[in-house]
Amino acid sequence: MTVDRLMIEAVAAHPLFRDLPAAEQRAIAECTGETVFEDGAMLMRQGDQAEHFYLILYGMVALELHVPGRAPLVVETLGKDEVVGWSWLVPPYDAQFDARAVGMVRVLAIDAACLREKMARDHTLGFVFYQRFLPVIADRLHAARVQLMDIYSHPADYAEAPSAGKKRGKGKR
Amino acid sequence: MTADPMIPMPFRVVRQRHELRNVVTLTLEPEAGGRFSFQPGQFNMLYHFGMGEVPISVSGDPAKRRLRHTIRSVGAVTHALTRLRKGDGVGVRGPFGAPWPLAEAEGRDVVLAAGGLGMAPLRPVLYAVMARRERYGRVTLYYGARSPADILYRKQLERWGKRRGIDVRITVDKATPAWRGHVGVVTRLMSREHFAAGNTIAMLCGPEVMMRFSAQTLNRLGVSDGRIYLSMERNMQCGIGLCGHCQLGPTFICRDGPVYRLDEVLPLMKVRGL
Repeated sequence: MTVDRLMIEAVAAHPLFRDLPAAEQRAIAECTGETVFEDGAMLMRQGDQAEHFYLILYGMVALELHVPGRAPLVVETLGKDEVVGWSWLVPPYDAQFDARAVGMVRVLAIDAACLREKMARDHTLGFVFYQRFLPVIADRLHAARVQLMDIYSHPADYAEAPSAGKKRGKGKR
Repeated sequence: MTADPMIPMPFRVVRQRHELRNVVTLTLEPEAGGRFSFQPGQFNMLYHFGMGEVPISVSGDPAKRRLRHTIRSVGAVTHALTRLRKGDGVGVRGPFGAPWPLAEAEGRDVVLAAGGLGMAPLRPVLYAVMARRERYGRVTLYYGARSPADILYRKQLERWGKRRGIDVRITVDKATPAWRGHVGVVTRLMSREHFAAGNTIAMLCGPEVMMRFSAQTLNRLGVSDGRIYLSMERNMQCGIGLCGHCQLGPTFICRDGPVYRLDEVLPLMKVRGL
Protein backbone atom coordinates (compact mmCIF):
# COMPACT_ATOMS: atom_id res chain seq x y z
CA MET A 1 0.00 0.00 0.00
CA THR A 2 1.34 3.45 -0.84
CA VAL A 3 1.28 5.99 1.88
CA ASP A 4 2.06 9.67 1.99
CA ARG A 5 5.48 10.38 3.52
CA LEU A 6 4.05 13.42 5.30
CA MET A 7 1.43 11.20 6.93
CA ILE A 8 4.10 8.83 8.23
CA GLU A 9 5.93 11.84 9.66
CA ALA A 10 2.75 13.15 11.26
CA VAL A 11 2.06 9.78 12.92
CA ALA A 12 5.69 9.45 14.01
CA ALA A 13 5.59 12.92 15.55
CA HIS A 14 2.61 12.17 17.80
CA PRO A 15 3.55 11.37 21.43
CA LEU A 16 1.42 8.22 21.37
CA PHE A 17 3.44 6.70 18.53
CA ARG A 18 6.74 8.55 18.69
CA ASP A 19 8.83 5.64 19.93
CA LEU A 20 7.27 2.92 17.75
CA PRO A 21 9.33 1.07 15.15
CA ALA A 22 9.09 2.63 11.68
CA ALA A 23 7.15 -0.36 10.27
CA GLU A 24 4.39 0.13 12.84
CA GLN A 25 4.29 3.87 12.32
CA ARG A 26 3.89 3.19 8.62
CA ALA A 27 1.11 0.65 9.24
CA ILE A 28 -0.79 3.23 11.29
CA ALA A 29 -0.18 5.93 8.70
CA GLU A 30 -1.78 3.67 6.09
CA CYS A 31 -5.07 4.06 8.02
CA THR A 32 -4.64 7.77 8.77
CA GLY A 33 -5.78 11.01 7.17
CA GLU A 34 -5.69 14.62 8.29
CA THR A 35 -8.99 16.42 8.78
CA VAL A 36 -10.18 19.84 9.88
CA PHE A 37 -13.42 20.39 11.79
CA GLU A 38 -14.97 23.84 11.96
CA ASP A 39 -16.33 25.27 15.20
CA GLY A 40 -19.34 23.26 16.36
CA ALA A 41 -18.81 20.36 13.93
CA MET A 42 -19.27 16.85 15.32
CA LEU A 43 -16.34 14.45 15.28
CA MET A 44 -18.59 11.64 16.48
CA ARG A 45 -22.09 11.14 17.79
CA GLN A 46 -23.16 9.06 20.75
CA GLY A 47 -24.58 5.70 19.58
CA ASP A 48 -23.08 5.86 16.08
CA GLN A 49 -20.48 3.37 14.95
CA ALA A 50 -17.04 4.60 15.98
CA GLU A 51 -15.58 4.58 12.50
CA HIS A 52 -12.64 6.77 13.41
CA PHE A 53 -10.67 7.91 16.39
CA TYR A 54 -8.75 11.14 16.39
CA LEU A 55 -5.48 12.59 17.59
CA ILE A 56 -5.80 16.33 18.14
CA LEU A 57 -3.11 18.38 16.40
CA TYR A 58 -4.67 21.74 17.12
CA GLY A 59 -7.72 23.06 19.00
CA MET A 60 -10.14 21.71 21.57
CA VAL A 61 -12.82 19.03 21.48
CA ALA A 62 -15.70 18.78 23.95
CA LEU A 63 -17.05 15.38 24.97
CA GLU A 64 -20.76 15.74 25.59
CA LEU A 65 -23.56 13.60 26.93
CA HIS A 66 -27.11 14.16 25.82
CA VAL A 67 -29.89 14.10 28.35
CA PRO A 68 -33.39 14.61 26.96
CA GLY A 69 -34.82 17.98 27.86
CA ARG A 70 -31.48 19.46 28.91
CA ALA A 71 -28.67 21.27 27.20
CA PRO A 72 -25.77 18.99 26.21
CA LEU A 73 -23.63 18.23 29.24
CA VAL A 74 -19.91 18.70 28.60
CA VAL A 75 -18.14 16.09 30.67
CA GLU A 76 -14.61 16.84 29.55
CA THR A 77 -12.61 18.78 27.00
CA LEU A 78 -9.56 17.44 25.20
CA GLY A 79 -6.70 19.40 23.70
CA LYS A 80 -3.54 19.13 21.64
CA ASP A 81 -2.00 15.64 21.41
CA GLU A 82 -4.95 14.01 23.18
CA VAL A 83 -6.91 11.05 21.86
CA VAL A 84 -10.59 11.39 21.01
CA GLY A 85 -12.39 8.08 21.18
CA TRP A 86 -11.61 4.57 22.31
CA SER A 87 -15.01 2.98 21.60
CA TRP A 88 -13.47 1.73 18.36
CA LEU A 89 -11.53 -0.79 20.48
CA VAL A 90 -14.53 -2.12 22.38
CA PRO A 91 -17.23 -4.18 20.60
CA PRO A 92 -19.83 -3.33 19.39
CA TYR A 93 -17.79 -0.18 18.61
CA ASP A 94 -20.54 2.33 19.41
CA ALA A 95 -19.47 5.85 20.37
CA GLN A 96 -20.33 6.59 24.01
CA PHE A 97 -20.22 10.41 23.76
CA ASP A 98 -20.72 13.18 21.29
CA ALA A 99 -17.45 14.84 20.38
CA ARG A 100 -17.81 18.43 19.19
CA ALA A 101 -15.18 20.87 17.93
CA VAL A 102 -14.80 23.98 20.10
CA GLY A 103 -13.31 26.45 17.63
CA MET A 104 -11.41 25.14 14.63
CA VAL A 105 -9.86 21.72 15.23
CA ARG A 106 -7.23 19.92 13.20
CA VAL A 107 -6.81 16.17 13.75
CA LEU A 108 -5.26 13.00 12.51
CA ALA A 109 -8.29 10.80 11.79
CA ILE A 110 -7.56 7.09 12.03
CA ASP A 111 -9.82 4.63 10.24
CA ALA A 112 -10.88 2.18 12.96
CA ALA A 113 -11.83 -0.76 10.71
CA CYS A 114 -8.56 -0.46 8.81
CA LEU A 115 -6.54 -0.45 12.01
CA ARG A 116 -8.54 -3.26 13.65
CA GLU A 117 -7.86 -5.42 10.63
CA LYS A 118 -4.13 -4.73 10.87
CA MET A 119 -4.19 -5.45 14.61
CA ALA A 120 -5.96 -8.76 14.00
CA ARG A 121 -3.30 -9.76 11.48
CA ASP A 122 -0.34 -8.41 13.43
CA HIS A 123 -0.73 -9.16 17.14
CA THR A 124 2.38 -7.21 18.00
CA LEU A 125 0.73 -4.10 16.61
CA GLY A 126 -2.44 -5.03 18.51
CA PHE A 127 -0.51 -5.42 21.75
CA VAL A 128 1.19 -2.08 21.22
CA PHE A 129 -2.17 -0.38 20.76
CA TYR A 130 -3.72 -1.86 23.88
CA GLN A 131 -0.54 -1.02 25.78
CA ARG A 132 -0.83 2.62 24.70
CA PHE A 133 -4.57 3.02 25.03
CA LEU A 134 -4.92 1.47 28.50
CA PRO A 135 -3.07 4.35 30.21
CA VAL A 136 -5.26 6.81 28.28
CA ILE A 137 -8.38 5.02 29.49
CA ALA A 138 -7.03 4.74 33.05
CA ASP A 139 -6.17 8.44 33.06
CA ARG A 140 -9.69 9.39 31.92
CA LEU A 141 -11.26 7.10 34.51
CA HIS A 142 -9.10 8.59 37.25
CA ALA A 143 -9.97 12.13 36.13
CA ALA A 144 -13.69 11.29 36.03
CA ARG A 145 -13.52 9.94 39.58
CA VAL A 146 -11.74 13.05 40.84
CA GLN A 147 -14.32 15.21 39.05
CA LEU A 148 -17.08 13.28 40.81
CA MET A 149 -15.52 14.13 44.19
CA ASP A 150 -16.55 17.78 43.82
CA ILE A 151 -13.22 18.68 45.39
CA TYR A 152 -13.65 22.46 45.29
CA SER A 153 -16.68 22.46 47.53
CA HIS A 154 -16.19 23.30 51.19
CA PRO A 155 -16.46 20.36 53.63
CA ALA A 156 -19.33 22.27 55.26
CA ASP A 157 -21.36 21.81 52.08
CA TYR A 158 -21.45 18.11 52.84
CA ALA A 159 -21.37 18.20 56.62
CA GLU A 160 -25.01 19.18 56.67
CA ALA A 161 -26.20 16.36 54.43
CA PRO A 162 -28.89 14.33 56.21
CA SER A 163 -27.98 10.72 56.89
CA ALA A 164 -29.55 8.06 54.71
CA GLY A 165 -33.20 7.41 55.40
CA LYS A 166 -33.66 10.52 57.55
CA LYS A 167 -35.60 13.54 56.49
CA ARG A 168 -34.07 16.97 56.93
CA GLY A 169 -36.06 18.64 59.69
CA LYS A 170 -36.39 22.23 60.79
CA GLY A 171 -34.24 21.71 63.90
CA LYS A 172 -30.51 22.13 64.42
CA ARG A 173 -28.29 21.88 61.45
CA MET B 1 2.88 43.13 63.83
CA THR B 2 2.40 44.52 67.33
CA ALA B 3 4.99 43.79 70.03
CA ASP B 4 2.62 41.17 71.43
CA PRO B 5 1.46 38.88 68.60
CA MET B 6 -1.66 37.99 70.57
CA ILE B 7 -2.98 41.57 70.54
CA PRO B 8 -4.95 42.48 67.41
CA MET B 9 -4.27 45.73 65.61
CA PRO B 10 -7.35 47.81 64.82
CA PHE B 11 -8.11 48.09 61.09
CA ARG B 12 -11.00 49.64 59.23
CA VAL B 13 -12.82 48.31 56.17
CA VAL B 14 -12.36 50.71 53.26
CA ARG B 15 -13.97 48.52 50.63
CA GLN B 16 -16.08 45.39 50.43
CA ARG B 17 -16.26 43.62 47.12
CA HIS B 18 -18.60 40.75 46.33
CA GLU B 19 -16.58 38.11 44.44
CA LEU B 20 -18.74 34.98 44.27
CA ARG B 21 -21.71 33.55 46.11
CA ASN B 22 -20.73 33.72 49.81
CA VAL B 23 -17.30 35.12 48.99
CA VAL B 24 -16.18 38.72 49.51
CA THR B 25 -12.88 40.57 49.47
CA LEU B 26 -12.30 43.09 52.23
CA THR B 27 -9.83 45.93 51.74
CA LEU B 28 -8.49 47.07 55.10
CA GLU B 29 -6.43 49.99 56.38
CA PRO B 30 -4.70 50.23 59.75
CA GLU B 31 -6.41 52.78 61.95
CA ALA B 32 -3.02 53.96 63.12
CA GLY B 33 -2.03 54.67 59.52
CA GLY B 34 1.13 53.39 57.87
CA ARG B 35 1.60 50.28 55.88
CA PHE B 36 1.03 46.59 56.54
CA SER B 37 3.87 44.47 55.19
CA PHE B 38 3.50 40.79 54.41
CA GLN B 39 4.99 38.17 52.12
CA PRO B 40 2.86 36.21 49.64
CA GLY B 41 1.54 33.06 51.29
CA GLN B 42 1.30 34.48 54.80
CA PHE B 43 -1.97 34.76 56.68
CA ASN B 44 -3.56 36.95 59.32
CA MET B 45 -5.94 36.23 62.16
CA LEU B 46 -8.97 38.41 61.51
CA TYR B 47 -10.96 39.29 64.60
CA HIS B 48 -14.59 40.24 64.33
CA PHE B 49 -15.11 41.95 67.64
CA GLY B 50 -17.59 40.07 69.77
CA MET B 51 -17.67 37.07 67.44
CA GLY B 52 -14.21 35.57 67.27
CA GLU B 53 -11.11 35.11 65.19
CA VAL B 54 -10.31 33.18 62.02
CA PRO B 55 -7.13 32.63 59.97
CA ILE B 56 -7.37 34.10 56.47
CA SER B 57 -4.60 34.26 53.85
CA VAL B 58 -3.69 37.64 52.45
CA SER B 59 -4.99 37.86 48.88
CA GLY B 60 -3.80 41.33 47.84
CA ASP B 61 -0.74 42.94 46.33
CA PRO B 62 2.27 42.89 48.69
CA ALA B 63 3.45 46.20 47.20
CA LYS B 64 0.27 48.03 48.14
CA ARG B 65 -0.34 49.87 51.38
CA ARG B 66 -3.78 48.40 51.90
CA LEU B 67 -4.45 44.87 53.05
CA ARG B 68 -6.80 42.53 51.21
CA HIS B 69 -8.46 39.35 52.39
CA THR B 70 -10.82 37.16 50.41
CA ILE B 71 -13.23 35.39 52.73
CA ARG B 72 -15.80 32.67 52.18
CA SER B 73 -18.73 32.60 54.56
CA VAL B 74 -18.72 29.10 56.05
CA GLY B 75 -19.20 29.67 59.79
CA ALA B 76 -20.35 32.26 62.30
CA VAL B 77 -17.18 34.38 62.26
CA THR B 78 -16.58 34.28 58.52
CA HIS B 79 -20.25 35.00 57.95
CA ALA B 80 -19.95 38.08 60.16
CA LEU B 81 -16.74 39.17 58.42
CA THR B 82 -18.37 38.93 54.99
CA ARG B 83 -21.12 41.24 56.21
CA LEU B 84 -18.75 44.03 57.25
CA ARG B 85 -19.22 47.29 55.38
CA LYS B 86 -17.08 50.33 54.67
CA GLY B 87 -16.10 52.01 57.92
CA ASP B 88 -16.55 48.93 60.13
CA GLY B 89 -13.71 47.92 62.41
CA VAL B 90 -11.84 44.61 62.41
CA GLY B 91 -8.89 43.32 64.41
CA VAL B 92 -5.83 41.96 62.63
CA ARG B 93 -3.06 39.81 64.10
CA GLY B 94 -0.23 38.87 61.81
CA PRO B 95 1.26 38.32 59.38
CA PHE B 96 2.01 34.73 60.31
CA GLY B 97 3.60 31.73 58.69
CA ALA B 98 6.10 30.78 56.02
CA PRO B 99 5.70 32.42 52.60
CA TRP B 100 5.84 31.07 49.07
CA PRO B 101 9.44 30.59 47.81
CA LEU B 102 9.59 33.60 45.47
CA ALA B 103 13.34 34.12 45.83
CA GLU B 104 14.00 30.47 44.98
CA ALA B 105 11.70 30.78 41.96
CA GLU B 106 13.79 33.56 40.40
CA GLY B 107 15.48 32.42 37.21
CA ARG B 108 13.11 29.47 36.87
CA ASP B 109 9.79 28.68 35.26
CA VAL B 110 6.94 29.07 37.71
CA VAL B 111 3.90 26.83 37.84
CA LEU B 112 0.96 27.79 40.00
CA ALA B 113 -1.90 25.33 40.49
CA ALA B 114 -4.96 26.57 42.29
CA GLY B 115 -8.25 24.93 43.11
CA GLY B 116 -11.39 26.76 44.16
CA LEU B 117 -10.66 29.45 46.76
CA GLY B 118 -7.03 28.32 46.76
CA MET B 119 -6.63 31.03 44.13
CA ALA B 120 -6.72 33.67 46.89
CA PRO B 121 -3.40 32.81 48.64
CA LEU B 122 -1.71 32.53 45.23
CA ARG B 123 -2.82 35.91 43.93
CA PRO B 124 -0.07 37.76 45.88
CA VAL B 125 2.45 35.55 44.07
CA LEU B 126 1.09 36.74 40.73
CA TYR B 127 1.29 40.38 41.84
CA ALA B 128 4.89 39.88 43.00
CA VAL B 129 5.93 38.03 39.85
CA MET B 130 4.36 40.65 37.59
CA ALA B 131 6.11 43.44 39.47
CA ARG B 132 9.46 41.81 38.60
CA ARG B 133 8.46 39.81 35.58
CA GLU B 134 11.97 39.82 34.07
CA ARG B 135 13.30 37.79 37.01
CA TYR B 136 11.20 34.72 36.20
CA GLY B 137 10.95 32.34 33.27
CA ARG B 138 7.62 31.15 31.90
CA VAL B 139 4.78 31.57 34.36
CA THR B 140 1.78 29.25 34.08
CA LEU B 141 -1.33 29.32 36.21
CA TYR B 142 -3.54 26.23 36.23
CA TYR B 143 -6.80 26.98 37.94
CA GLY B 144 -9.67 24.59 38.55
CA ALA B 145 -13.07 25.69 39.76
CA ARG B 146 -16.37 24.00 40.31
CA SER B 147 -18.23 25.93 37.57
CA PRO B 148 -17.77 29.15 35.58
CA ALA B 149 -19.70 31.00 38.31
CA ASP B 150 -17.11 29.86 40.87
CA ILE B 151 -14.02 31.26 39.16
CA LEU B 152 -12.42 33.69 41.59
CA TYR B 153 -10.98 36.95 40.18
CA ARG B 154 -12.11 35.82 36.73
CA LYS B 155 -11.90 39.16 34.92
CA GLN B 156 -8.55 39.98 36.47
CA LEU B 157 -7.11 36.59 35.50
CA GLU B 158 -8.39 36.92 31.95
CA ARG B 159 -6.79 40.36 31.75
CA TRP B 160 -3.50 39.13 33.13
CA GLY B 161 -3.54 36.18 30.74
CA LYS B 162 -3.88 38.51 27.78
CA ARG B 163 -1.45 41.22 28.72
CA ARG B 164 0.88 40.36 31.53
CA GLY B 165 3.05 37.49 30.29
CA ILE B 166 1.26 34.84 32.30
CA ASP B 167 -0.19 31.72 30.73
CA VAL B 168 -3.56 31.43 32.44
CA ARG B 169 -5.35 28.09 31.98
CA ILE B 170 -8.69 27.64 33.65
CA THR B 171 -10.88 24.57 33.81
CA VAL B 172 -14.21 23.82 35.45
CA ASP B 173 -15.78 20.60 36.66
CA LYS B 174 -19.27 21.50 35.51
CA ALA B 175 -19.72 23.64 32.44
CA THR B 176 -22.64 25.82 31.51
CA PRO B 177 -23.86 26.02 27.89
CA ALA B 178 -22.13 29.40 27.48
CA TRP B 179 -18.73 28.16 28.71
CA ARG B 180 -16.20 27.63 25.89
CA GLY B 181 -13.18 26.86 28.01
CA HIS B 182 -11.75 23.65 29.42
CA VAL B 183 -13.84 21.12 31.33
CA GLY B 184 -12.22 18.53 33.57
CA VAL B 185 -9.84 18.25 36.49
CA VAL B 186 -7.04 20.76 36.82
CA THR B 187 -4.30 18.16 36.42
CA ARG B 188 -5.43 17.48 32.84
CA LEU B 189 -4.32 21.00 31.89
CA MET B 190 -0.72 20.31 32.87
CA SER B 191 1.73 19.67 30.06
CA ARG B 192 5.50 19.44 29.59
CA GLU B 193 5.17 22.06 26.87
CA HIS B 194 4.36 24.78 29.40
CA PHE B 195 7.51 24.64 31.54
CA ALA B 196 11.01 23.21 31.68
CA ALA B 197 10.50 20.48 34.26
CA GLY B 198 14.09 20.50 35.46
CA ASN B 199 14.05 24.22 36.14
CA THR B 200 10.59 24.79 37.57
CA ILE B 201 9.18 25.78 40.93
CA ALA B 202 5.56 24.76 41.48
CA MET B 203 3.22 26.28 44.06
CA LEU B 204 -0.05 24.51 44.79
CA CYS B 205 -3.00 25.76 46.77
CA GLY B 206 -6.44 24.26 47.11
CA PRO B 207 -8.16 21.25 48.61
CA GLU B 208 -5.61 18.71 49.84
CA VAL B 209 -6.81 16.03 47.43
CA MET B 210 -6.38 18.43 44.51
CA MET B 211 -2.85 19.30 45.65
CA ARG B 212 -1.97 15.62 46.02
CA PHE B 213 -3.13 14.79 42.49
CA SER B 214 -1.46 17.92 41.10
CA ALA B 215 1.82 16.94 42.74
CA GLN B 216 1.57 13.42 41.30
CA THR B 217 0.99 14.84 37.82
CA LEU B 218 3.88 17.29 38.16
CA ASN B 219 6.11 14.43 39.33
CA ARG B 220 5.10 12.48 36.24
CA LEU B 221 5.99 15.50 34.10
CA GLY B 222 9.43 15.68 35.71
CA VAL B 223 9.10 18.17 38.58
CA SER B 224 10.63 16.70 41.74
CA ASP B 225 9.07 16.87 45.23
CA GLY B 226 11.81 19.26 46.34
CA ARG B 227 10.60 21.85 43.81
CA ILE B 228 6.92 21.60 44.69
CA TYR B 229 5.44 23.76 47.44
CA LEU B 230 1.95 23.68 48.83
CA SER B 231 -0.13 25.59 51.32
CA MET B 232 -1.67 23.46 54.06
CA GLU B 233 -4.79 24.31 55.96
CA ARG B 234 -5.73 23.20 59.45
CA ASN B 235 -7.44 24.68 62.49
CA MET B 236 -5.11 27.61 63.15
CA GLN B 237 -5.89 29.60 66.27
CA CYS B 238 -2.98 31.26 68.03
CA GLY B 239 -0.87 31.85 64.91
CA ILE B 240 2.43 31.39 66.76
CA GLY B 241 2.69 27.65 67.42
CA LEU B 242 1.59 27.73 71.04
CA CYS B 243 -1.92 26.35 71.21
CA GLY B 244 -1.30 23.19 69.17
CA HIS B 245 -4.60 23.19 67.30
CA CYS B 246 -2.92 23.16 63.90
CA GLN B 247 -0.34 20.51 64.71
CA LEU B 248 0.52 18.28 61.77
CA GLY B 249 2.84 15.55 63.03
CA PRO B 250 5.95 17.31 64.31
CA THR B 251 5.07 20.71 62.83
CA PHE B 252 2.65 23.52 63.56
CA ILE B 253 1.10 24.81 60.39
CA CYS B 254 0.61 28.36 61.68
CA ARG B 255 4.29 28.70 62.52
CA ASP B 256 6.20 26.27 60.25
CA GLY B 257 3.68 26.50 57.36
CA PRO B 258 1.24 27.13 55.89
CA VAL B 259 3.61 26.85 52.91
CA TYR B 260 5.67 23.67 52.95
CA ARG B 261 7.93 21.96 50.49
CA LEU B 262 6.19 18.78 49.37
CA ASP B 263 8.91 16.42 50.58
CA GLU B 264 8.54 17.90 54.08
CA VAL B 265 4.85 17.05 54.39
CA LEU B 266 4.18 14.24 51.92
CA PRO B 267 4.72 11.47 54.50
CA LEU B 268 2.34 13.29 56.85
CA MET B 269 -0.30 13.73 54.14
CA LYS B 270 -0.39 9.97 53.74
CA VAL B 271 -1.25 9.38 57.40
CA ARG B 272 -4.99 9.03 57.81
CA GLY B 273 -6.38 11.12 60.61
CA LEU B 274 -3.64 13.76 60.56
